[in-house]
Amino acid sequence: MKKKQYISAILLVFSSFIALATDVTIKDEKKSADLKSEIKAYIRHHLEDTHDFSIGSYTTDDGKKKYIGFSLPVILWDDGLVTFSSGKLKHGKAVHKVGPKYYKLYHGKIYRTDAEGTISYDANKKVINYKPLDLSMTKSVVTMLFTAALMFFMFRSLANSYKTNGSIAAGVGRFFEPIVLYIRDDIAIPNIGEKHYQKYMSYLLTIFFFIWFLNILGLSPLGINVTGNIAVTFGLALLTFLITNLTANKNYWAHIFWMPGVPVLMKFVLAPIELLGVFIKPFSLLIRLYANIQAGHIVLMSLIGMMFIFNNWLGSSLSFVLAFIISIIEVLVALLQAYIFTILSALYFGFAVEEH
Amino acid sequence: MEKLLGEFSFGLFIWQTFIVVGLLLLLRKFAWTPILNAINDREEGIRSALQSAEDARAEMQNLQADNERIFKEARAERDGLLKEAREIKQKMIDDAKDEAKTQAAQIMMQAQAAIESEKQAAVAELKQQVASLSIEIAEKVTKETLADDKKQSQLVQKLLKDVNL
Repeated sequence: MKKKQYISAILLVFSSFIALATDVTIKDEKKSADLKSEIKAYIRHHLEDTHDFSIGSYTTDDGKKKYIGFSLPVILWDDGLVTFSSGKLKHGKAVHKVGPKYYKLYHGKIYRTDAEGTISYDANKKVINYKPLDLSMTKSVVTMLFTAALMFFMFRSLANSYKTNGSIAAGVGRFFEPIVLYIRDDIAIPNIGEKHYQKYMSYLLTIFFFIWFLNILGLSPLGINVTGNIAVTFGLALLTFLITNLTANKNYWAHIFWMPGVPVLMKFVLAPIELLGVFIKPFSLLIRLYANIQAGHIVLMSLIGMMFIFNNWLGSSLSFVLAFIISIIEVLVALLQAYIFTILSALYFGFAVEEH
Repeated sequence: MEKLLGEFSFGLFIWQTFIVVGLLLLLRKFAWTPILNAINDREEGIRSALQSAEDARAEMQNLQADNERIFKEARAERDGLLKEAREIKQKMIDDAKDEAKTQAAQIMMQAQAAIESEKQAAVAELKQQVASLSIEIAEKVTKETLADDKKQSQLVQKLLKDVNL
């Protein structure tokens, strides 16, 4: 009986999607040729960080594009601090005047323009307008702040529950405590060693949950893509790089510059390779996380887009099923990538403090 | 690569670094340290509880062994006591018997002595009576046959012979 209910629920969801798909095509009959490029543009837009928090947009009958969401503060450094709401930029359709300067949003970036908002290009079709230092609280920044606050309150409550509940986790902490233990017992201790693991625990726990939560949020319908942003993964990898090299012992540096136990000639050959490895390790971290999350989002959005391109029962249903399966896999990938980032960081820390 | 660099937003990088470092420091102070300490304390508690349970079991076993030993000792002591009591009883009986025997012997001896002395006294008395009787007889005889010396001596001889006891 229950199974039947599930099936009918799924069918209901299916049929509504199909109905939506047909609805869209009827309306945009003329544009159907452009559908593919529109989806492509939409995906590209989704992957980028934006200056406002909008979860979707629609076109009204009189041809105006409306956005569902809210504006975020724009913070620029242009010979002094310049701040205004991103709503003033009207998604790139308006030029905002601050004092004597004009600003325009163009392909996700804010440029200084003239009163008409002219964007000039050079021979390689690159924008040559002056680009002020953009420290805006973008969608990604807001998401990260939200995640940070969520993590803080969640783990603070876990920490407090030990005091109030006689050393036993209570509430949501019951779910997270085994994960904290797993990171300690199966990631930190085996890779770093009993002696030194403690000083790295805070970092490993923080990045694991930070990446995991952001990955999961990226799969929510809010259209967030934080860990698929190269600046974010670069920042995370940079921290791993800095911690590895700043806490490294003599032995670690000896293995890089003067490899013990090999002929002198080999020492000279190995030194540059090992030195390169110091940078390649965190670089692989940043690329791995970025590429996995980015690729996941592209695949998932393409499959969802295919439902509208196929526009028939069979193709759209198949695309839906495929998108559904990929979504489940992406949930796994979200956890896996957080795990890989953490375990590799732990491994690099282990190299840094290894003793012989 | 150029596309990647184009995507790189310095502002986001700055924000991200500040957020993560801030979060790291905050969580380290308010969450991770207390959480890990609490877990460590709990594990330590469990370990010590297990250890003390093990100790208690060992102690229990010791106690049991002790009890067993004490019980055995008590039983042995009881057996000893009983045996001793039995021995004492036997000894008392034997002693009593011995004493009774000696006493009986003594009494017998005394009795024998008394009998002997009585007998002596009786004999003495008898002898006296015999003597007096003899004198009487002699008187009588003498009264009859004093005339005949031979007969007289014969008579005395005969009398004496009869008197020999």
